[in-house]
Amino acid sequence: MSSSINTACRSPKVSLCWIGAVLLSLAAVSMAQDIELRVPSGAVAGQPASISTTGGGSATFYLEGPSIALKRDVQLGQDIQLSAREIEGAGRYVATICASNCSSSVFFVAAGKPSTLTFLVHPSRAPVGQPDMISGVAFPFDEFENLIFTPETVQFQISSKESKLASHSVETQNGVAWFRTSSGKSAGAVQVAASLNDVQARRVVQQVASDPCRLQIKAQRTPKGVEVQTDPVRDCAGNPVPDGTIVTFTAKNGDQISTVDAPIKQDVARARITAKGTIVISAASGVVMGNEIRVGGQ
Amino acid sequence: MKRALPIVIVLVAVTVLLIFLGATFGRSSGTVGIASGSALPGFSEHASTPEQALSNFLQDVQRRNWDRAFASVERTSEAVNKLDFIQEWTGTNGGLRSFSSLEKYEARPLHATNSEAQMRVRMQWTTPVGPVEDVRDFQLAHRGDEWKVVWNQTPPPNVPAQIVPVNYLRWDLVSGTSNDQWGSHNVDSPHVRIVSMNAIDSAEGTVVMGEVVNEDTVPAFVNVNSTLVDASGNPIDDESSFDKILHILLPKQVSPYRIDFPNASLAKVKNVRMDVKATLVPASSDPVIGIMNQKLEQDAQGRSVLHGEILNQTGETVNIPHVIASFYDNNGKVIWVSDGYVQQALLPQSSQPFAVEVPKSVAGKVQNFHVVVNQYSLQKS
Repeated sequence: MSSSINTACRSPKVSLCWIGAVLLSLAAVSMAQDIELRVPSGAVAGQPASISTTGGGSATFYLEGPSIALKRDVQLGQDIQLSAREIEGAGRYVATICASNCSSSVFFVAAGKPSTLTFLVHPSRAPVGQPDMISGVAFPFDEFENLIFTPETVQFQISSKESKLASHSVETQNGVAWFRTSSGKSAGAVQVAASLNDVQARRVVQQVASDPCRLQIKAQRTPKGVEVQTDPVRDCAGNPVPDGTIVTFTAKNGDQISTVDAPIKQDVARARITAKGTIVISAASGVVMGNEIRVGGQ
Repeated sequence: MKRALPIVIVLVAVTVLLIFLGATFGRSSGTVGIASGSALPGFSEHASTPEQALSNFLQDVQRRNWDRAFASVERTSEAVNKLDFIQEWTGTNGGLRSFSSLEKYEARPLHATNSEAQMRVRMQWTTPVGPVEDVRDFQLAHRGDEWKVVWNQTPPPNVPAQIVPVNYLRWDLVSGTSNDQWGSHNVDSPHVRIVSMNAIDSAEGTVVMGEVVNEDTVPAFVNVNSTLVDASGNPIDDESSFDKILHILLPKQVSPYRIDFPNASLAKVKNVRMDVKATLVPASSDPVIGIMNQKLEQDAQGRSVLHGEILNQTGETVNIPHVIASFYDNNGKVIWVSDGYVQQALLPQSSQPFAVEVPKSVAGKVQNFHVVVNQYSLQKS
């Protein structure tokens, strides 16, 4: 076309000819821009949507999104139907249509209704009576595993077998809701639940005894040595310290030392010390010291 | 072929001559009064001196020639039988000695008269955990025209048949199935903390040591790593505590650790990065081992040694006990960590002696110590 214009415009009426060519070009451009895409404004993931077009004739439609890229032949002037499956992923989509020229438009697909709650709770074992010990984070997702960014209210509940211990309502921000709370006074399992509408997720936190509170020991001399044992070992809230916790018994006899790392079994730690003569026995567990007792020689 | 034959004859003749010279005069070049394990296999000289008697005996032990070794000793008690004698040298019950062999020895006279002598032998054993040195004193007696080793070792105590009641306590680890929802069955790693760290310059290089505690309510498999960093922030070297730590820590249990950086000078170190790794493992609280009669003393060679006895208070055999001791100054700071393997297995309800050395530079500052025992049991491995 441009070559024919060049040939035609070698005539004397050059200026008129060029003006005509420019007008023709502008007309062609305006014809191409007539293809207009009207993208959906409130598309939701997993729900069908349509894109309307203008103009006439056949064209090629392209869709590029978070989890899709498709190409389809379409008729201009008709609506382009997007199936639920084609827009399952929430996020930014680019719709492009090409005939003699291309035109594109951007639209966003929002996440659908909450379907699952991913719920992380830390720690899995929490010593009792500790401030800000237990924390939980909930992420609401729709059925297509899209994180829901619109604010939603998540209800956090902490309960033991006997009673409901605490409850917090938290609105999500940028798709996240979280809480932090102190651990309770009693050892044992507590259930931490997060719920959003009819969606619920539950986790279990084991509340365990804290450090021993008063470590009391008693000893008795036997033919095999000195049998030493603790009273039932409990934390300051009265919870029995878990079995397996090490209690270190130390017996001093002048400059000789005997030690035994004995585990608590059924609330009591026991050990045998073979030191002879008068000995002074003490006990410790972690950073906690117990009483001292003196055992005379045979 | 014809040319080669004379060369072979000459080589054989020279070899025989050198063997003869070595056997006859080789010993004379050593230090007077020191016997060492270098005799020819198959030869035993007449024990006309205490050194010779001991040397013959130790060579028989080295070659595991038990008939001749047992026949050559003078027993002080008929209760010592040949099996006890052999087990004293070869070990039993899967103890470290069972996997060891006597590599070399060096004997020095301590005291000698015409009728008796006392010799101190420093024996070097090769073991799966590295070379182990054992120092032992031998009595020798002049009987007739020869010297004899007096075997005064008491036989190992027999463990009587018995029932040891055990409240069995162990932790099993159940892994979640792979199709669980993310985050639904998270079990945290044990909470383990380094409670002290001290870096010093020693003769072998830089040593980083301290203590680590399991603050959790479950057992932890623990490893401590350390990185030395220079002034420009570049790592010089990184090492782990390897076997100088109690790897499985029960709740509230404290273990010393020591990390050696051979050939690294502390003067070049600007910073030390510590990293403790703890993982959940199945574990058992047994056996319980007591460390009895610990005392820091100087041994016969003038070295500072912490010695005592380990006592197995349960019904399970510990095949290879490993003693780790931390030493503190008057401020409670860990100033050294020593370790040592006990060569004999620790049988149920029985005890074994142990000794770990403290360097001279540290010994004077030691105010207190803490000993733990690692347990290697063949049944568990």
